[in-house]
Amino acid sequence: MLLIDCPHCGPRDVTEFHYGGEAHIARPEDPDAVTDAQWADYLFMKKNTRGLFAERWVHSQGCRRWFNAIRDTVSYRILAIYPMGTPMPDLDTLRQEADR
Amino acid sequence: MPRFSIFSVARNALSHHENWPRLWRSPEPRPAYDAIIVGGGGHGLATAYYLARNHGVTNVAVLEKGWIGGGNTGRNTTIVRSNYLWDASAHIYEHAMKLWEGLAEDLNYNVMLSQRGVMNLAHNLGDVRESRRRVFANRLNGVDAEWLTPEQCKAECPILNTSPGLRYPVMGATFQRRGGVARHDAVAWGYARAADARGVDIIQNCEVTGILRDGDRVTGVETTRGVIRAPKVGIVTAGNTSVLGQMAGLRLPIESHPLQALVSEPIKPVHPIVVMSNAVHVYVSQSDKGELVIGAGVDGFVGYGQRGGFSIIEGQMGALKELFPIFSRLKLMRSWGGIVDTCPDASPLITKTPVQGLYINGGWGTGGFKSTPGSGWCFAHTIAQDEPHPLNAPFSLERFVTGDLVDEHGAAGVAH
Ligand SMILES: Cc1cc2nc3c(=O)[nH]c(=O)nc-3n(C[C@H](O)[C@H](O)[C@H](O)COP(=O)(O)OP(=O)(O)OC[C@H]3O[C@@H](n4cnc5c(N)ncnc54)[C@H](O)[C@@H]3O)c2cc1C
Ligand SMILES: [Zn+2]
Repeated sequence: MLLIDCPHCGPRDVTEFHYGGEAHIARPEDPDAVTDAQWADYLFMKKNTRGLFAERWVHSQGCRRWFNAIRDTVSYRILAIYPMGTPMPDLDTLRQEADR
Repeated sequence: MPRFSIFSVARNALSHHENWPRLWRSPEPRPAYDAIIVGGGGHGLATAYYLARNHGVTNVAVLEKGWIGGGNTGRNTTIVRSNYLWDASAHIYEHAMKLWEGLAEDLNYNVMLSQRGVMNLAHNLGDVRESRRRVFANRLNGVDAEWLTPEQCKAECPILNTSPGLRYPVMGATFQRRGGVARHDAVAWGYARAADARGVDIIQNCEVTGILRDGDRVTGVETTRGVIRAPKVGIVTAGNTSVLGQMAGLRLPIESHPLQALVSEPIKPVHPIVVMSNAVHVYVSQSDKGELVIGAGVDGFVGYGQRGGFSIIEGQMGALKELFPIFSRLKLMRSWGGIVDTCPDASPLITKTPVQGLYINGGWGTGGFKSTPGSGWCFAHTIAQDEPHPLNAPFSLERFVTGDLVDEHGAAGVAH
């Protein structure tokens, strides 16, 4: 069971949150201009990373705000939480910090 | 390979069952094969068996990073049925069902198929309409299906709580009498033994760490036991399908999630069938040992850790207790998790890929045990002929580009 540190409310049980899947997927600027294959890639194809993974969460039973997290999908440990719209933290640095 | 029979059991009883031979060899990997199967679960082993049996391709290796059947094959709740909604699914799952019905004889190995009937409960008007539609669709496809009233549900399964006062009352159910359960380990072992007897090398403790390519052709794999070459490589790694896909530079429409199951302490036979409920989300059967086998739901997040959250189990237990008050004081003995690979349309991939000679069989999500024989049958055809079998042609990677999805969220809505 995860304990997630909501940036607005503090640490809360995972049951208060909903999962938003992979982060940093940009909707094509001009949907009419992309091919079917590009649209399929945007809509369906997933990184599904085994290891450090950038993902979205919403504190649906609390402040109802969205944020991004970097989580290790094998140990389930959360290594960073950061606002949506900001760049992904450097994964190598996070990995080194976590190993220490 | 010595055949199993009443006589061989009697003969071996004389030597206290100490002289049974090994079921399969444990060979060193050879430098090259005609085909490599990555993943020694039921689907991979069935693929190897049907490659040899149906297509005469016997120079085959199955590479398994742990022990065979140690993935989802040995972790699932073993429900077998074929009552899916759409033609494409009904055809492939029903093909698997027919193979199940003759599997023990074909493999000369008891897979303990028990066709005790599978009941899918409906708890609201939407459920009722959707379920009845599925019963009619099943019948049109030659799949046995019945619609049961709450009274008929009670007659089939007397311990089921059908009182109208439930928070989510039982308003009826679909029933497939040919459905049931099978012994998961036996399926892996039976296919392994039969494939080995036809010349297939089953190589355990051999993890694939890279896919070798020459331009857009596959040429072999890198493993923890060295490079092994082959012009054809089939990936059948369930929860790790995306990981293997990445090794070949492919992006796949798959997300991996933890899925848990539990067993109770053993009790006398009380539960004659398999009961599943999408709406309150629980499914339960009773094993020959007397334990209740209970399936939970997936954790919503991506996970590869083979364990899930306790909150999921808590939800399951609430649903179980409401439907079966008789279980309220049972102790649970064990719980465990597997990693299931889900596709957006809740249907699998059995497909060629943009890389020549590389094939993928995955995305079976929470419900692929039931399809093990059919999946292996079709994947072996796809690999041997370099072309899909008509039964798996709809389950291609291209369907995500064309939009021709096979939406089975109704039939596969409960994780099983
Ligand atoms: C808790 C639970 C309950 C379920 N209940 C049901 C049910 O009731 N009915 C049903 O029909 N389905 C059920 N399922 C789903 C079903 O178990 C799977 O769909 C099915 O077993 C998949 O079979 P497989 O052979 O493809 O996968 P697996 O048995 O997982 O085999 C894949 C193998 O690949 C190996 N592997 C992975 N990576 C590598 C690598 N790099 N190199 C070499 N080998 C590798 C793994 O070690 C594993 O042994 C359930 C699943 C779970 C987890
Ligand atoms: Zn919050």
